[in-house]
Amino acid sequence: MSEARIDVQVEHKHAPPPAEKKHPNTCPKCGSHYRDDELAAALWVCSHCGHHFPMRARARIDWYTDPGSFMEEAADVRSEDPLDFFDLRPYAERLSEAELNTGLNEAALIGQATIDGHPVELSVMDFTFMGGSMGSAVGEKFSRACDSAIERGVPLISVTSSGGARMQEGILSLMQLPKTVCAVEDLHDAHIPMITVMAHPTTAGVLASFASLGDVTIAEPGALIAFTGPRVVQQTTREKLPDDFGLAEQNLRFGHIDAIVPRAEQRDHLTRLLRLFA
Amino acid sequence: MTEKDQELNLRQRLSGLSRLPLLRGVRVNGESERLERQLERLQADTSDEAIWRSVELARHADRPYTMDYVERFIDDWVELHGDRGRADDGALVTGLGKLDGRTVALIGHQKGRDVKERLDRQFGMAYPEGYHKAMRVMEIAERFGFPVISLIDTPGAYPGVAAEQHGQGGAIARSQAEMARLTVPTVACIIGEGGSGGAVAIAVSDRVLMQEHAIYSVITPEGCAAILWRDAGEAKKAAAAFKPDALHCLELGVIDGIVAEPEGGAQNDHDEAARLLRTALVENLEELEDTPGEELRRRRRAKFRGMGVFA
Ligand SMILES: [Zn+2]
Ligand SMILES: [Zn+2]
Repeated sequence: MSEARIDVQVEHKHAPPPAEKKHPNTCPKCGSHYRDDELAAALWVCSHCGHHFPMRARARIDWYTDPGSFMEEAADVRSEDPLDFFDLRPYAERLSEAELNTGLNEAALIGQATIDGHPVELSVMDFTFMGGSMGSAVGEKFSRACDSAIERGVPLISVTSSGGARMQEGILSLMQLPKTVCAVEDLHDAHIPMITVMAHPTTAGVLASFASLGDVTIAEPGALIAFTGPRVVQQTTREKLPDDFGLAEQNLRFGHIDAIVPRAEQRDHLTRLLRLFA
Repeated sequence: MTEKDQELNLRQRLSGLSRLPLLRGVRVNGESERLERQLERLQADTSDEAIWRSVELARHADRPYTMDYVERFIDDWVELHGDRGRADDGALVTGLGKLDGRTVALIGHQKGRDVKERLDRQFGMAYPEGYHKAMRVMEIAERFGFPVISLIDTPGAYPGVAAEQHGQGGAIARSQAEMARLTVPTVACIIGEGGSGGAVAIAVSDRVLMQEHAIYSVITPEGCAAILWRDAGEAKKAAAAFKPDALHCLELGVIDGIVAEPEGGAQNDHDEAARLLRTALVENLEELEDTPGEELRRRRRAKFRGMGVFA
């Protein structure tokens, strides 16, 4: 099943799904159930309650960009296993499985496209590939997207959806934070705008690096945007969590993002921003 | 691997080490006997046990903290408090002082020595306010041309409701961005725990060093074990798998050098640990000080942008 149900618990991003899990096309908020084609037609948004189901990277690129305009870049960049990492299963095996299940070879896709005629560079993450975790390959792809945007003098649109750094690459995954930050600083120096779209979830190492450095940052409704997710905060501090802890709505209230934009309106919103920065 | 392969592997590793800017404090002071001992220890140091020993020593309750080093080798120390917005974060101290005659800006995590101080300083886990304070001091350094010294010793950034509401992720990102913009020399040393985003937030430096028994990692061994092994008790296995020790960080190109510690670990002799650290910091600063600021920044970004292993 390629539209694998995505766990909202980022802390469990590598855990197999619990047995009682609902069908992926069943809305976790209101219980409405949809056929695949119904969900696709509604951009994976529940037409009953507005819940945003996860959207795959290629589907999102199709939605944002002018038909046929997307040209993928750095498609050959893939993960290695520098630590020979082995937990309950080898990292190499987890990677192969993720490739098979997602049809992607990494958790990010980059490339050139046009949006309403405006040329842009895109970097789009896909949470279904190992929880959107950032290892060396994701860091490299995002950095190359920055370089490509600089080279062509076009804005970068970065869509994030990630549980954080990819533990299986150890310290090298942590180094993707400063790596992508340095790439964004090169982008800033070249006066290239970066627009960030935070999808559910944008957490930990990705939030603590390039995702937070957009010139303009929008988020999808209900997206979890937190450095530390609710479960870990709860367990470590025993604090009582507010109902909307870490959600896009709380982040807007506290001033961390510019706007919450429902998926159906994102293309128009991006187009308007592209006109302003043109 | 056969025994022969293993020996060859170790030999290669050692010959590689002698070429690297390793064990500066030792080499500079010509203590060849100690150097030999260090190399011997490093040679034996491929075992999971040795990695776990570093995890324990990095967190040792008697290990010197940032302020122990400040007392020992920073003259005219003036601590600068507060982020000018919300608070003064005790988990991260900042200030100005003289190191070997030059004014430096120093940023360091600070754990507490007794229960009360530990609570006051949140066990060295900074809030966003700590990183805002660090950025403020980096700005002063940039304006006046002071080198920035970072001493890193944190289990990670503070994981709490208020920390999230005050923008922990964004603060860590922006602190790194600020470091990527500096045109002054920057040297960081991990002096204990280099825990994840909370550590790298102040470690985007021209030179990143690690003390011999420090650890640098993307997650705590317990956290990794809880997620991947579903059992925090498997921390030892997790540490062996993700290899947070100084030697592996050096091999992976993540750090630029290892700073020797006194026999048995820094906790045994704070004065000697400080002497070795001071020597390494000064030597690295001296190597950077003749390079124009723009060039420092260009090289720094190129260094970090080159990190990672992919096909
Ligand atoms: Zn619904
Ligand atoms: Zn992971």
